[in-house]
Amino acid sequence: MKISQAFKLAIRSILGSKMRSFLTMLGMIIGVGSVITLVGLMQGVTNYIISTFADLGTNMISVNVTNTDTRKVDVDEMYAFVKENSAILEGVTPQVSSRYTVKNGSTSMSTTVTGVGEDYLSIHNLELSSGRFIRYADIKNRYPACVIGTYVAQELFEGKVSIGDTLKINGQVYEIVGIQAEEGDSKENSTDDCIYIPYTNAARLSGSADIASYVIAAKDADDVKAAEKILDNYLYGIMKNEDLYYISSMTLLLETIHSTTSMLSSILGGIAGISLLVAGIGIMNIMLVSVVERTKEIGIRKAIGAKKKDIMSQFVIEAALISCIGGTLGIIFGYLLTRILGNAFGIEAAPSVNSIFMAFGISAAIGIGFGYMPANKAAKLNPIDALRSE
Amino acid sequence: MNTRRTDTMADNREVPLIQLIDIQKIYQMGDTEVRANDGINLSIREGEFVAIVGKSGSGKSTIMNIIGALDTPTAGQYILKEQDVSKMKGDALAEVRNHLIGFIFQQYNLLSKQNLIENVELPLLYAGMGKKQRRSLAMEALRKVGLEDKWKNYPNQLSGGQQQRGAVARALAGNPSLILADEPTGALDSKTSGELLDFLQQLNANGNTIVLITHDRNVAERARRVVGLQDGKIIFDESVEEYRKQVLV
Repeated sequence: MKISQAFKLAIRSILGSKMRSFLTMLGMIIGVGSVITLVGLMQGVTNYIISTFADLGTNMISVNVTNTDTRKVDVDEMYAFVKENSAILEGVTPQVSSRYTVKNGSTSMSTTVTGVGEDYLSIHNLELSSGRFIRYADIKNRYPACVIGTYVAQELFEGKVSIGDTLKINGQVYEIVGIQAEEGDSKENSTDDCIYIPYTNAARLSGSADIASYVIAAKDADDVKAAEKILDNYLYGIMKNEDLYYISSMTLLLETIHSTTSMLSSILGGIAGISLLVAGIGIMNIMLVSVVERTKEIGIRKAIGAKKKDIMSQFVIEAALISCIGGTLGIIFGYLLTRILGNAFGIEAAPSVNSIFMAFGISAAIGIGFGYMPANKAAKLNPIDALRSE
Repeated sequence: MNTRRTDTMADNREVPLIQLIDIQKIYQMGDTEVRANDGINLSIREGEFVAIVGKSGSGKSTIMNIIGALDTPTAGQYILKEQDVSKMKGDALAEVRNHLIGFIFQQYNLLSKQNLIENVELPLLYAGMGKKQRRSLAMEALRKVGLEDKWKNYPNQLSGGQQQRGAVARALAGNPSLILADEPTGALDSKTSGELLDFLQQLNANGNTIVLITHDRNVAERARRVVGLQDGKIIFDESVEEYRKQVLV
């Protein structure tokens, strides 16, 4: 008997008892569906966690350079380098931080003054509550413009500050051009305890003409490694000494997050996999019942000339088909459920192609594996005994 | 020892279609040995119509299973169409059943989830025949039994007599050397029984070899040769004319 015939027989047998076939498949549908859903959701959660960390700067690379008399990194060259590698690098800003005494009339405080480039705001995903940020023109002209944090606004102006007011940094008058939206909790030493000024002014304030620190943003957290590599090559080319520059990022943290979440997703997938096993046992159970029920049929087939492998393939193919159809329905079910739950939780969850292939492969294997035993039982039936059964 | 008598209608070929030589079938029932067949010698030539009769427990079912290649004897030799079947196993026996034997059972034994023509095609399917050829041979077999217009029907849409004729068509489809009928009229009323037996006689007249197992004297009298069994032994092997005169068997 040909395989195509065995398929036809199996399909007919499945259609012959639709309710039972569906209930048998249900185990498979739930098993495959839950594997796909859990793995997909876990993937979504991982992406969510990583994007949350990305807000904190997982795509950020800090570069510190010890400029010497003969070898130094020029700001414009650094900008040009980042622009050349815009495939993986998003932007760069010099970052010159020092603590200074800041005064408004007789009120004074000490805070961190950071000299920045015009892209600092977007690189760090910061927002302003009013005014504007430091501009390229400010930097070029060393215009004394500053953007203050909410803590500084409270301490120096008791919160009543407007654009155009002035303050003194280290004795020099600066115009407030913008106010940063509250980032932390408006306390001392929080992210709101800060003032931003053009990096050119900051360099002058600190008395050194060269910029020693930069923050570079990679396009994506995944690009950080590659970005570090090209930066390393670039800086070594200029400095000729590894000790004169230092590159750091959060890749290690990222890797930890990745390994943790992938472990979690394996555990959850494994738990869901147990339901696949249960589904397989369900299929085996039904096939065993089916063999007993159809003993007479098997007897007739054998009397008429069916060989062992004919009976065997009939039952194995039936079990495999049940589990493959169940697996396919499970994939659809899992796909929809992942989408629905992902939307409900506000996670961008998509079922992974890997988990779909894996779930389908496992369901087919389970069908064949668990169908084998009942099929073997059927194939071994003695035709005389089988014919005599009712 | 040779109880076979030469039938006037049988052809004169030297080698008979069926040769049973000292067949023994012993079942172990707990501590006791049951000799279901105890030294059966029987030859059947091509074209014969033989009825094997006996009461229940006479061993006629056992000998039917052996002749039908459903079972093998404990000892002795069974030669069917020059093949020694007695030592065969599983798939080899299945092949013998498929190619050489057409079964007609008491309970028709059509598969209820397949329609008539698919049932008739079944032996051809297991013989590995292609669909077109299967269809045409099955249709021809249905035509022989007069059911060609019912080919689409499922067994439960047919009367008992029609189902049994369907089963005969299935037995004929593969053009087997031997038609083996086990109480073929057991589930039929007397009118349809008579019709079926007429049909079997007609098949025999056309040259088919038929072995019929029955406990019913009226059925056995439709054959041309009757073999009587008792306690696993042959006690009678004569023409049907002789059988009619016998009261004991």
